[in-house]
Amino acid sequence: MKKIIHFITAFAFFAMLLSCGKNSQNGTKKQGALSSNAAEKVYVAPGEYDEFYAFISGGFSGQLAVYGLPSGRLFKVIPVFSQDAEKAWGYNEETKPMLNTSHGFVPWDDLHHPDISQTNGLLDGRWVFVNGNNTPRIAKIDLTTFETTEIIELPNSAGNHSSSFVTENTEYVVAGTRFSVPIPQKDIPIKDYKGNFKGALSFIAIDPEDGGMDLKFQIMMPGFDYDLAHPGRGASHGWFFFSTYNTEEASTLMEVNASQNDKDFIAAVNWKKAEEYISAGKGKKMPAQYAHNVYNDQTHMATSTIKDEVLMLDASELPGLVYLLPTPKSPHGCDVDPSGQYIVGSGKLSANLTVHSFQKMLAAIEAKNFDGEAYGIPILKFDDVLAGVVDQAGLGPLHTEFDGKGNAYTSFFISSEVVKWKLGTWEVLDRQPCYYSVGHLMIPGGNSREPFGQYVVAMNKITKDRYLPTGPEVTQSAQLYDISGDKMELLLDFPTVGEPHYAAGIRADIVMKNSRKIFKLEENDHPFAIKSESETKVVRDGNVVHVYMSTIRSHFSPDNIEGIKVGDKVYFHVTNLEQDYDVPHGISMIGANTSELLIMPGQTETFLWEPKEVGVWPFYCTDFCSALHQEMQGYVRVSPAGSALPLSWSLGED
Amino acid sequence: MKLKKSNSIMLLASVSILGLFLFPLWNITLEAPQYPIPLGMDIYINDFADANPHDIKNINLMNHYVGMKYIPESIPEFKIFPAVIIVMSIIGLFLSFKANHKWFLSWFVVMLVLAVAGIYDFYLWEHDYGHNLDPKAIMKFTNPDGSIMGFQPPLFGSKDILNFRAHSYPQLGAYFLAFGMFLSLVAFWIGKKTNPKTNESH
Repeated sequence: MKKIIHFITAFAFFAMLLSCGKNSQNGTKKQGALSSNAAEKVYVAPGEYDEFYAFISGGFSGQLAVYGLPSGRLFKVIPVFSQDAEKAWGYNEETKPMLNTSHGFVPWDDLHHPDISQTNGLLDGRWVFVNGNNTPRIAKIDLTTFETTEIIELPNSAGNHSSSFVTENTEYVVAGTRFSVPIPQKDIPIKDYKGNFKGALSFIAIDPEDGGMDLKFQIMMPGFDYDLAHPGRGASHGWFFFSTYNTEEASTLMEVNASQNDKDFIAAVNWKKAEEYISAGKGKKMPAQYAHNVYNDQTHMATSTIKDEVLMLDASELPGLVYLLPTPKSPHGCDVDPSGQYIVGSGKLSANLTVHSFQKMLAAIEAKNFDGEAYGIPILKFDDVLAGVVDQAGLGPLHTEFDGKGNAYTSFFISSEVVKWKLGTWEVLDRQPCYYSVGHLMIPGGNSREPFGQYVVAMNKITKDRYLPTGPEVTQSAQLYDISGDKMELLLDFPTVGEPHYAAGIRADIVMKNSRKIFKLEENDHPFAIKSESETKVVRDGNVVHVYMSTIRSHFSPDNIEGIKVGDKVYFHVTNLEQDYDVPHGISMIGANTSELLIMPGQTETFLWEPKEVGVWPFYCTDFCSALHQEMQGYVRVSPAGSALPLSWSLGED
Repeated sequence: MKLKKSNSIMLLASVSILGLFLFPLWNITLEAPQYPIPLGMDIYINDFADANPHDIKNINLMNHYVGMKYIPESIPEFKIFPAVIIVMSIIGLFLSFKANHKWFLSWFVVMLVLAVAGIYDFYLWEHDYGHNLDPKAIMKFTNPDGSIMGFQPPLFGSKDILNFRAHSYPQLGAYFLAFGMFLSLVAFWIGKKTNPKTNESH
């Protein structure tokens, strides 16, 4: 017996050695199933619900993934910026306009930063806003349907990175530009960057009723790189903070040349002041081409409009609009605490965290105590605005979240860890390793006045050996920590879709009650919708044929079509007549040069088929809808181009 | 004019049965694992109604697999039953003002006969609905004895039908009817006690 106890003790000691690693200076850590009930804490029994939704960006996948916390289970991948053959996103005729831009159809983007709409500084769970980094766009996802319903392109931007963060009443979704560019674009030597390249910050007004997006104004800024941003809240509501790097204004070998300045800036933008300037007529309208794409849940179709003008405010010419807060070493994260009092700059090439005080900033502005200016924008003195420094907290700080209990949690990319520290005293309280190279963190409700300070999710850039290997490309990963106690506890690793750059989380009950079950058939205003099988028909207009088709368990109507000719353009407009929860139907036609359709109850979707060969060609239901799903199929007869065979269609006629 | 106690109760009885126009008479609910919110149909005196939106459409969709007919939009009973109830209510009101307790008993007996007839009619419809199946039904089921399986919901109570558990129970409208009938009996009783043959007045 004694032997066994010895063995267990030795084993436990060995396990502790393994798990503590470099963090043993802070004493022993609770970690792993040996010393805790981590499994119990993330276990959501079959049929029960997770406590939180997590919307985790897919990065280069271009999509947004919906997970449950604490289980880490994946519920849905919402197509946003990338075509998705599974859901016909960007393939069917209805959603193609959603991916239109001033550059034409762009079927992919790099989705980075989700943020959830707010009312009075609290998450209201109506919409999620996300940014497309590459061809600058902001998308809105409606949380009643969990579908992308609006995408607006941003002119004068390039690398839409410091985006898409909402103000505390969702007055604006704000976006910055990572790459400065000539504004307007022109043919100039790249080496003429300095002074000729500019950065534009975009303020997109949100309609409080339907969430409609409107690019209200842009602010012309010096040619820095605008990295991340966050809104002020509480006392600092009305301000927006942007981190910058490359204040050197270099244009080549950036890793060196953009890292020379000891301090870059956090730009504090007074958007209330911007509104005053606009009212006073100080904005200048400038030509700009950008797409505004809107999806309508009644017509089940998107429209794309190209806009041609934007209202520009020049920060160099309008006093009081922008101030620059010196912040060490190319700050990445620019995070505002729940009270709105502190602005945390994570100088990613530094070991320290810099915390600015909003009150001190106001006082310094009042005293006009400036340390020079950059392109006419006043630079405040570092010491005047500094609230405190979290000293030697780790290596490569990136992003800070808050638990609403006075604590902050910062990710450190280089030292691969999450560090918990205290606002006000700036002391480090705890640290936990990440596997590996954490980027951003997410506490549900983190970007609001009242975070739900129970969990923090770390999104890692590298996984190496953490999961079963899958060839050279291995899964991306998130990690869940319990932060309800004094010490953080790693509970769970879970794989993610694409690269998880950033996330937003919300208590499930705020969102789930609004989730739609079906689309009402009587509200379907699609121009090719039919409301019953009696309305199904096939109509020819020259070589264009419109099939008004319906689906209901377990047949298509019509399921036999004749009179189609080689060279026709056949549009299948398929309405799902079901009005029952979770009964979608799919359809796909042999040889169609597009994806399937996946049609929700009450919805109409369209695919184009251009038959190239004479014959009889089948189509079928692609979503297992019912016991007779396998019988849900039909035929189209294709005759030669000059055939005189009239159109006919039928269902159930022998 | 002041009504006697028994006549007042009869008045209440006559009005009570009009509750059938406000509340469903009967409800049939179908439970299955795939329907965490069960499918349900409320039967009003003049209508079939969804318990939750689109339930009847979805019941029809389920039932077509075994060859059951669609639940009709309307049936002749939806015209006859309301007329009967209105006539009985008017007669009851008339009696409560003009007649003595013996008439109340008569009213009760007539109402009882009509109610039983109504339930029998409901049973006949249910039987037809559950047994008169399309010969081209997608799925045909037989009982252990080889006969064709019927899918008649229970008249009253709960029953397993294939993957569903069917519940059939009276609803508030039926309770109003029963309460009205009970009151007419009470009216008769009190009238009989307080109105001896001498017909003395208060």
